[in-house]
Amino acid sequence: MISKTKMEKILKEILEMSPADQTEVLLISQNSALTRFANNQIHQNVAEKNAKLSIRVIKNKRTGTASTNILNKSSIKGVLEKALKIADNASPDPDFKSLPKKKKCTKMELFSKNTAEYQPIDRVKDVSVLISKANQKELNAAGALSTGEITIGIANSLGVFEITSLTEADINTVFMSSNSSGYADSYAKEVRKIDFHKLADTASEKALKSIDPIAIDPGSYTVILEPAAVADMLTYLAFCGLGALAYQEGRSFLSGKLGEKITGGNITIWDDGTSPDTLGMPFDFEGTPKQKVMLIENGVAKNVVYDSYTAHKDGRESTGHALPAPNIYGPQPSNLFLKNGDYSVDEMIASTKKGILVTRFHYTNMEDPLKTMLTGMTRDGTFLIEDGEISCGIKNLRFTQNILKALSNVEMISEETKLKQASFGFCLAPALKVKDFNFTGVTEF
Amino acid sequence: MEDLINLSFNTAKTHGATYTDVRIAKFKTQSIAIKNGKVEEILDSESYGFGIRTIVNGAWGFASSFNVNKREVQKIAALSCNIAKASASLKNKSVILSPVKPLKGNYETPMTIDPFTVPLEDKLSILSETEEIMRKKNGVKISEASMNFVLKDQIFANTEGAWIKQKIMMSGAGIEATAIGEGDMQVRSYPNSHGGQFITGGYEFINTLRLKDNAEKVADEAVALITAKECPSKKTTIILDGSQLGLQVHESIGHPVELDRVLGTEASFAGTSFLTPDKLGHLKIGSDIVNITADATIPTGLGTFGYDDEGVPAQRTDIVKNGLFVGYLNSRETAAETGQLPNGAMRADGWNRTPLIRMTNVNLLPGKPSFEELISDTKDGVYLETNKSWSIDDKRLNFQFGTEAGWEIKNGKIKRMLKNPNYTGITPKFWNSCDAIANEDSWIVWGTPNCGKGEPMQVIQTGHGTSPARFRNIQIGVGK
Repeated sequence: MISKTKMEKILKEILEMSPADQTEVLLISQNSALTRFANNQIHQNVAEKNAKLSIRVIKNKRTGTASTNILNKSSIKGVLEKALKIADNASPDPDFKSLPKKKKCTKMELFSKNTAEYQPIDRVKDVSVLISKANQKELNAAGALSTGEITIGIANSLGVFEITSLTEADINTVFMSSNSSGYADSYAKEVRKIDFHKLADTASEKALKSIDPIAIDPGSYTVILEPAAVADMLTYLAFCGLGALAYQEGRSFLSGKLGEKITGGNITIWDDGTSPDTLGMPFDFEGTPKQKVMLIENGVAKNVVYDSYTAHKDGRESTGHALPAPNIYGPQPSNLFLKNGDYSVDEMIASTKKGILVTRFHYTNMEDPLKTMLTGMTRDGTFLIEDGEISCGIKNLRFTQNILKALSNVEMISEETKLKQASFGFCLAPALKVKDFNFTGVTEF
Repeated sequence: MEDLINLSFNTAKTHGATYTDVRIAKFKTQSIAIKNGKVEEILDSESYGFGIRTIVNGAWGFASSFNVNKREVQKIAALSCNIAKASASLKNKSVILSPVKPLKGNYETPMTIDPFTVPLEDKLSILSETEEIMRKKNGVKISEASMNFVLKDQIFANTEGAWIKQKIMMSGAGIEATAIGEGDMQVRSYPNSHGGQFITGGYEFINTLRLKDNAEKVADEAVALITAKECPSKKTTIILDGSQLGLQVHESIGHPVELDRVLGTEASFAGTSFLTPDKLGHLKIGSDIVNITADATIPTGLGTFGYDDEGVPAQRTDIVKNGLFVGYLNSRETAAETGQLPNGAMRADGWNRTPLIRMTNVNLLPGKPSFEELISDTKDGVYLETNKSWSIDDKRLNFQFGTEAGWEIKNGKIKRMLKNPNYTGITPKFWNSCDAIANEDSWIVWGTPNCGKGEPMQVIQTGHGTSPARFRNIQIGVGK
């Protein structure tokens, strides 16, 4: 890893060296490792040490960016020269006002020594918990456990100078019988807080309960979506419309609809990268402090998230949601929250005469971003609910569903929430009971 | 380099490795994008490093670093062995590699103009002029034009004596117009969606694309889609254009024949495959006219190279012959496990990743009629063009694709435009419904630059040679 002291030195040197009107330097250093298992044995086991230096310069409203992972002096100088040359060739952007100025960031403890120092043999011990359980239940376990540390430094010529270190541990697993499967996952800053026994129990129980699935006809069903499925849905919702660039370009489902009711009154969604309940960070990739942004409140569209460029365009302040420059996606929510309710999943099941319980989705994709029309498959634990009880596993179904309509049809929300991975970060999601969810196809398993 | 490689071999050996391979690679990338009259992105980037893969006690280890020096090579070789030893403590069987002749070779993508020598202003000029044409069309709200170039410069060596240098160049460009109005948003792209068309080759390819000449049509069609008729929901005959068919081949044939998926090692993430080993040589996956190969040797294919990342030479493998499923894509390990010969499909997306089984160029071979004959021979149906969305289950059976545009076909003629078309099916049933494939005149090797697989995620480039083809009795208009 590049030490914080060395990182500070590199950032300062580049800022001093740059003749540009404004300069931004992003330096990321990371050590990561991942152990993959399948067929009840480890089949892939890897480690990586890497870094990325990215320099963005602005000259007369012309922007140039160049990056490298070669961090000797001549390479750094070469990258700066390349960025300057690019800026010379770029056309001026009248909408560019300025890189952000320094603002005070919240202090956050994001680092775990245990996770950073986790060894290959430690990961094997954790994975063996899952494999032992699978062997004991005559199931086949697959999955991946990753651990890693990352240090992010961002500085600019207007005084922004932030460095933070964080760790992350992720585990996902699928337990399979010959015709069924069950899924469980967990994400944490501190690897030792992950309960591998509980994950093994969840995955094995789902796999065993869904053995010999029956096929049901596609159609409109009441559905109970567990947090992984909810998070998947919200991730696409965020990507398609909760960032300011999509909003300003008119391709967001929120464009022209802020202040309008777009979902049921029981839906409140916000983004908060500084919450201790998620794996966030104090600042974005421009060094701006992350703010809590209310996106949908009691069903009413409230806000989108901003970086400095889109904020200037709307005469607003950045909300601290910039991705590394240059990026074609614009600012993105990276730590989503969906407000929880009062129920347990068991109560949701008990209240359902006929419905479907979904563990997670697979290969979801937006068919129409403006209408939030999403399709995808169910996977790894799909069950039929009859008369308030899970009656059997069912073969996986394809859904084609308008997300905002689904969020207008939410009848119950679970009290318990779970942290799930999202495309640009994480999502803390409850389970949802949704009526009239459209399943449009069925597969053969 | 030779010193570093030999040092890694010796270090790994002293830590118990019975096999070691090393890749030292530099990636150079340039991305340029113009949007709505402004530069959206110009990024030059490079990534340099090495990865060491070892077998110790019959299990795999892999470690990599961006510090390319002697001390780091020793540390990473030892770490790779340490990881392999940990893997070995939780194995059911030992890794066995199918034997291959250790080759010494050199491969470079044939090209006339190195894209990295072309002045930035020339590239910006083409993109700006093209984007401006689209922007000026009434109703177009977002106009984009982009180019991407990637150079991979790599040395591979293993302890069996292989020593291979490769320089692979990828070039690509595309344009896209988005019309927004009447509560609707419609997109048209050229030559393909998701960034355009990509090949292995040089800058000379960019000039052949004629981006500027196609800008007006792209803009016109995006705007026309806003007021076009909605695609109906029914079972009908469909004809897929080559680019959409390329993605259909990719998702429903290419992925399911990756032998690592078949044997379960991708189960928790990407999934497994319906093409289990008992189906090899037995399952009629398509109609008699369906012939599919995996061919890493065809000119310009995005999955074209000299050698894979295990040192196996690029080759052509039959995947589907006269509709019968006959072949997998494999690795040295999976080949040994299943009694096959390695067919050169192992690739890593960088020096920092261990190789996985990846598609090369998975091609649907051309048929007999011309594209015009294919249309004129169709009484009633829909012609679907350019991918918009894609989704398929984790065994690769139930799929659903959306395309940017559709056209009614009536009595052998293409008629009015349809918006928001999609279609769904089950893979073997779909391919068995294929009753005509257009000939080589409309056969193009489409590039897919963004195929994701594995944990940690690896994004690789694949190619798909296709010409338009016809499928009968397909459900369109799902979710209407």
